[in-house]
Amino acid sequence: MATFLGINFFALFGQLLIGLINGSFYALLSLGLAIIFGLLRIINFAQGAMYMLGAFVALLGFKYMGMNYWVALLVVPLVVGLMGILIQRFLIRPIANEDHLYSLLLTFGLALMIQGLFTHWFGSSGQSYPVPEALKGGMRLPFMYLPNYRAWIIVVSVLVCFSTWWMIEKTKLGVYLRAGTENPQLLQAFGINVPLIVTLTFGFGVGLAGFAGVMAAPVYSVSPDMGSNILIIVFAIVVIGGMGSMGGAILTGLGMGVVEGLTKYFYPEASATVIFLVMVIVLMIKPSGLFGKNA
Amino acid sequence: MRSRLAILVLLGLALAAPLVIYPVFLAKVLCFALFACAFNLLLGFAGLLSFGHAVFLGTGGYVTGWLMINSGLTPEIAIIAGTIAGGLLGAIFGKLAVKREGIYFAMVTLALAQLVFFLYLQAPFTGGEDGLQGVPRGKVFGLIDLADNQTMYYFVLAIFLAGFWLIHRTVHSPFGQIMKAIRENESRATSLGYDVNQYKWIAFIISAALSALAGSTKTLVFELASLTDVHWHMSGEVILMTLVGGVGTIVGPLIGAGVVVSMQNYLSGGELGNYLHIIMGAVFVICVLSFRSGIVGQFNKFRRNNF
Repeated sequence: MATFLGINFFALFGQLLIGLINGSFYALLSLGLAIIFGLLRIINFAQGAMYMLGAFVALLGFKYMGMNYWVALLVVPLVVGLMGILIQRFLIRPIANEDHLYSLLLTFGLALMIQGLFTHWFGSSGQSYPVPEALKGGMRLPFMYLPNYRAWIIVVSVLVCFSTWWMIEKTKLGVYLRAGTENPQLLQAFGINVPLIVTLTFGFGVGLAGFAGVMAAPVYSVSPDMGSNILIIVFAIVVIGGMGSMGGAILTGLGMGVVEGLTKYFYPEASATVIFLVMVIVLMIKPSGLFGKNA
Repeated sequence: MRSRLAILVLLGLALAAPLVIYPVFLAKVLCFALFACAFNLLLGFAGLLSFGHAVFLGTGGYVTGWLMINSGLTPEIAIIAGTIAGGLLGAIFGKLAVKREGIYFAMVTLALAQLVFFLYLQAPFTGGEDGLQGVPRGKVFGLIDLADNQTMYYFVLAIFLAGFWLIHRTVHSPFGQIMKAIRENESRATSLGYDVNQYKWIAFIISAALSALAGSTKTLVFELASLTDVHWHMSGEVILMTLVGGVGTIVGPLIGAGVVVSMQNYLSGGELGNYLHIIMGAVFVICVLSFRSGIVGQFNKFRRNNF
């Protein structure tokens, strides 16, 4: 019963699961990018480095301070978010009025530095982080074996993504955020501290990447280049989804993970390129992206 | 008159340089200088930041390397073939990328370049991780043997000067003026009746072809074509060279390439090799924060203020 019409369902569902897990990380990272872009018009090239930083803070906290996974899940996004706040406050704000390409180049330089520092300290080989005790083991489903931690990743990422989306699209805080993008002067005139909102938002977007880093630590090996590998894929996803849309970032992130998983089963040679191919096709048909407004 | 004298002096220095400095190093600087100038044609004069230019450098290198190993063609033909290949790839990428502006453009070019990176990683003709090794330099027109490093340097110098002259001509042509107009005020250029995307596309193709020319030449110099030339880090390096030298100036990228290549050569030899990426990242950050007009830009400012 494991195969039907020549399709091995065990293998297919296995790849779909891996795809959904990758997709969860794509969604978290591209949502962070979309939030930062939405408010600051900045492409944060250091988003991958922040993801890597999250995984490393969790790993080092565990190794040297015995920080367990659950504490890390709360503390790490705060640490990484604080890092983001410092970066925004002291490096990006001074050039906020220059061409936006400069902030892209600045964050690119930062990413190089951070990745270089970690390679220098820890070497380029990966290190492993244990799966938390409570999430060990798995469930036996009709077609596949589902490890608990992997199910956890998907459920929690989707929850975090959609509650973020809900917060920005549906609450009063979100209204302020979006108004800050549309007309900062007006919002300032209402007595709202726009620079503070901007800084906090940058911190939040970067914190999402740190959160993804903790989540990823038990499934991928923790290494200095884990961020730069995923970053370019996330950029492609952002182009496919359309920069203006947070919902687009989440759905495209998850969707592209699944597309990648399916490709790995049916035509593994193309699995590294399929997302970029989708991007080319989307660009030809709808240059503003699937969910994007015309920019 | 003064600038003509300066050019003559520079030319004299370039001709005499291999007597003092290792010619392969000089040839490397010239290859990267051509690459950076080609890149700057887009960024500095059309305002388009391509984050995928390594793909053209690498494509030129692979095509030329493959032809030199497998076809028995002379090097000048192989280089022209590499340049044309880069131009064709540029035509395809440009068509897709010029639809988007600013940071979108940067991301699209980056992602397209990464697509090709993975293709080259798997394709049979690129040698995968090993690259194409032992590429013969051959004889130009079947007469001038490039095996000698000094001869190779003068050949690279000739190519560089031709490319540099072409860029100079492009920038100062009516076409270049329109490009600048687009950079300064795109909607006005559109309202004046120019097909903005068409101009950007042509600029992209010229830039891609010249980048491929640089890559083709580089492959002959090092007798090697490899994945590092296609990797997006290389796209970052060329941005750094342009930024350090001065975006939008004619000689800036040339000086920037000299500085960055020297820095890399010096660092990777010594005990600071581990710090290479950290230092490059730091240079990036410093340039953006307080040095945006680069060496040449700062020099021009200094000259304007004091003389």
